[in-house]
Amino acid sequence: MNNSYDEVMARKNEIMKKSIGVDYSDFELPGISFDYEKMMNEAGYSIEEIAKIQNETGVGNTPLVELKNINRLVKKLSKPGYGARIFIKDEEKNPSGSFKDRRASVSAYKAKELGYKGIIAATSGNYGAAVASQAAKKGLKSIIVQECYDSKGKGQPEIIEKARACEAYGSEVVQISVGPELFYYFLLLLEETGYFNASLYTPFGIAGVETLGWEIAHQTKELTGKFPDAVVSTHAGGGITTGTARGLKKAGASDTKVIGASVNLTGLHMASDKDFNKKSFTTGHTGFGIPFATFPDRSDVPRNAARVLRYMDKYVLVTQGEVFYVTEMLAAIEGMQRGPAGNTSLCAAFSLAQDMPEDSVIVVNETEYTGAGKLPSAQLTFAKENGIEIKTGDPVKEDLPGKVITIPSHPSLIKHIDYPVDELRKSYMKQLIKRNERTIFTSEEIKYLCDELNINKEKLENIISSVEV
Amino acid sequence: MTAKKGDWVQIYFVALTPAERASHLPEDTKKVPLEVRIKGFLENECAEIGDNVTVKTFSGRTVSGNLVDILPSYKHNFGAPVQELLNMHENLWNILTEGEKNE
Repeated sequence: MNNSYDEVMARKNEIMKKSIGVDYSDFELPGISFDYEKMMNEAGYSIEEIAKIQNETGVGNTPLVELKNINRLVKKLSKPGYGARIFIKDEEKNPSGSFKDRRASVSAYKAKELGYKGIIAATSGNYGAAVASQAAKKGLKSIIVQECYDSKGKGQPEIIEKARACEAYGSEVVQISVGPELFYYFLLLLEETGYFNASLYTPFGIAGVETLGWEIAHQTKELTGKFPDAVVSTHAGGGITTGTARGLKKAGASDTKVIGASVNLTGLHMASDKDFNKKSFTTGHTGFGIPFATFPDRSDVPRNAARVLRYMDKYVLVTQGEVFYVTEMLAAIEGMQRGPAGNTSLCAAFSLAQDMPEDSVIVVNETEYTGAGKLPSAQLTFAKENGIEIKTGDPVKEDLPGKVITIPSHPSLIKHIDYPVDELRKSYMKQLIKRNERTIFTSEEIKYLCDELNINKEKLENIISSVEV
Repeated sequence: MTAKKGDWVQIYFVALTPAERASHLPEDTKKVPLEVRIKGFLENECAEIGDNVTVKTFSGRTVSGNLVDILPSYKHNFGAPVQELLNMHENLWNILTEGEKNE
């Protein structure tokens, strides 16, 4: 068989079909549309089934913790009558240390149910450890494919740590140098092994996160007497935000605002060999957040089940230095040492809470495990080795991704930056128009686009006319 | 250093040379090959660093490549103390206890 890049990519659909057990053509509609809810209903599981699958492997039902000292600090920094109460969902308590176990548990269950001998996932993040852990529970083989090293053979400490975790769970870890062709090698492995593709973006993976939103809604109500006013969710590929939002809705919390937060890495190229080790965050950043919001189907499945523009009411950016500060703060005054990437949403919540009335409740939907390679000290030491300047000051003014990380000199300097969701919607439409080379859509397509962008027909028409080239 | 059959080792190979890589890559990435590193148990009777060898991985696959490490250790760590972060502990407690009576 010819294994050149182009030949393997040409076999993509055929390889995918065999490796997921879902025929995505069942959900396609004429033109650009597909039936998202049909896909989620038929290919996924009900929330009751998911809860059962997760219970059996010790996933989920994590504590929701009020951050009382941080909330006192928020009150001190807010004007009178302001300062929402922040609660955090301690997802670190899952078996492999992150919410990713929710996704992996359902993928591994599905793979076992369909009779696959093993599962493969392309991930440099916590999802690898989650898949490896769940595979071990189910007696499945597992392979994790990571983008790990630059061309000098220097590995990102956080990704090396994930490799260590995966190997501890008995997974084969394939470590690849920088480049989007990781997907090419991933396809070759699927073809060679016939294993299940535990993609992050399948309907069952995303359905696995719905229990997170569901639990948050019920636990918040139990602790505060009402559903959360807002949930802040770290946004990268869109899975946690989509799943959380769907779970909240299923629990009846339909007025809860869903706020996405990413670390601002604007200016660093995600496929650049030289930029690779200039990032102190390997996920939860704009390098994934913006492309995945504006073109979800760029993922490793034909139709991505993670579609944040359907759910995200607000999108905010924070800087690397602010997230490191908040990570240290969570340890220092709350006694919770957790990983930095998961604290992106906490960092945003710390700033957002100051603009919300004091009787409101804001929930941060995750924490993640930490340790060697992941700690702020590990990442900042690595950043210094890679020529990044670390200083104290005002991060909003002085942060420069790839060059300067600014640790706030005072907690009042932690300020989120609004990234208008309408800009994401425009970018979504611009790319769609470019790919399809047309600006006229059928009424069925218009309805689909209104759902995709969570807007009405009039607003969609305005966006289309504003982006026409 | 010599590795013997069954030892846990790391191999390296080039999956795509610069000419074989995808189009639309940034200039710096285009110039370098797509490299792969995999760990497994050595299948050869014995081998030296740099030899072409075969390993059996945790998933049971056999893969060939250049032997680059024998019993590879994890070298990531907790990093050095970061002065900029250490200073915050006292600052935060000072803000929190501001205006409270001294005990």
